[in-house]
Amino acid sequence: MVGETEIEVKNMQVSYSGKRDVVALSDISVDIPGQQLTAIIGPSGCGKTTLLKALNRLHDIRDGVRVTGSIRIGGKDIYHAEEPVPELRRRVGLIAQKPYPLPASIYDNVAFGPRIHRHPGRSALDIIVERCLREAHLWGEVKDRLDDPAADLSVGQQQRLCIARTLAVEPEVILCDEVTSALDPVSSQKVEELLLSLKERYTIVLVTHVLRQAKRLADYVIFLYMGEVVEAGPAEQVFTRPQHQRTWEYVQGNMAGI
Amino acid sequence: MLGALAVVIISLFMVIGITFLKGGAVLLEKPDLVVTPPGSRYLLGGDGGFLHAVLGSIYMVLPATACAAVMALGIALYLQSDYAGEHVAEIIRAVLDVLWGTPSIVYGIFVFAIIVYLQQRASLLAGIVALTLLELPVITRYADEAVQMVPRQLKESTYSMGGTRWETAKVVSRYALPGVTAGILIGLGRGIGDAASVIFTSGAGGTMPGGLFSTTTALPVMIFQQASSCYPSVREQAYAAACILILAVFALNVTSRLVAGYLSRYVPGGR
Repeated sequence: MVGETEIEVKNMQVSYSGKRDVVALSDISVDIPGQQLTAIIGPSGCGKTTLLKALNRLHDIRDGVRVTGSIRIGGKDIYHAEEPVPELRRRVGLIAQKPYPLPASIYDNVAFGPRIHRHPGRSALDIIVERCLREAHLWGEVKDRLDDPAADLSVGQQQRLCIARTLAVEPEVILCDEVTSALDPVSSQKVEELLLSLKERYTIVLVTHVLRQAKRLADYVIFLYMGEVVEAGPAEQVFTRPQHQRTWEYVQGNMAGI
Repeated sequence: MLGALAVVIISLFMVIGITFLKGGAVLLEKPDLVVTPPGSRYLLGGDGGFLHAVLGSIYMVLPATACAAVMALGIALYLQSDYAGEHVAEIIRAVLDVLWGTPSIVYGIFVFAIIVYLQQRASLLAGIVALTLLELPVITRYADEAVQMVPRQLKESTYSMGGTRWETAKVVSRYALPGVTAGILIGLGRGIGDAASVIFTSGAGGTMPGGLFSTTTALPVMIFQQASSCYPSVREQAYAAACILILAVFALNVTSRLVAGYLSRYVPGGR
């Protein structure tokens, strides 16, 4: 439901082991509301992306990353669930910073998810693909060239295609990792409008280093600094009446070294 | 620098040029050498052609390359960070590099030792095994490079859509296909031109291939036999056989480039 906690992170710590161990996130506890757009802001290297990837267990595929603590999504602890990990990840989609279309046609990109999860027939699949492309505001531009390689699209279109293929697996949460940073202003605006139209139905977590973007889009804001949550709260509060000196400095744009 | 380059280029052109000039003349005069089975006294200057070696090479190198390619792709996929640990992967890569540099005669003797142990004779099957071992490190190294070039974010997106490791591996292989194809081609080139690994394992007779368990002659082995013959007419035909070998490698090169181009039409910047 709107405003109710959808993602509950408790005492989470993420560390990378290697030649020397690095604690990327320490003791994170934060609640992310459902059906709203939550922005994670903070300077580069503060652990924004690390936090995002912890939410759909993407760290599992890399060596030497340790996640401790608990993350509950929709009430279920995702790191101690009986559900298979691919199914968990299906419920939590991730959109990367730069679009990486699958090496296949536009149609097959969107059809990839439904094909591996539900095996629909051809006509059902056609309907899903059209619906997702429409939801991603891309249908009009590609409806006559669905069989073309996805790599032929412009970067902005590719990013919307990546959103469409994520929608096709019917996630509950959509994680966005600086999704507009590789795009030109016009494409960025299109993607922003798209995110606004999606937040009614999905819980969206957006990592961004563009403060104005966070102000435009976010309902709820988490400010991360040096691997710790400094402040989390409704966007209006964080941007106008922050509780902490550091948040205030950051949103005013005069923090030293950034 | 320039001098070194000149020496290399000139000697390369001489190798290919002389082979084509001498071999081409023989082939133009008697083109049916390639499709004629050898007579019983072929290597002693008798009648017949070298169809046995052409077929022998094909029968040996194609299955060997196919086996090596399948195993190589499997190993390359396994070496990714989401399967093997980085430490293990580094060790395997180092071993592959050593295997790549191992002289092919070592593979030949290795398989030969197995044949002796099993009390078998030289056969097509043993030749295929030896060539597979020879090609495996080459193809694996190329496939590994190609798989590592696949953007990490592409894998992450596939996982994020709820893909299993198998489904992700399929996407990754598809993306890496042009690079893997190049590797297969180079492995095949190494296999088709190698004499040392097959001379003990598949044998060096003068008869047509007769099944998996009979002696089979490969082109390079036969070229060696012909070139060391005391009959000038047989030595001449060594050039013709070498010419065919070079043409075959060239044809394979062109075809696989076309195939790779077609396969990579979905990969960004692939065509």
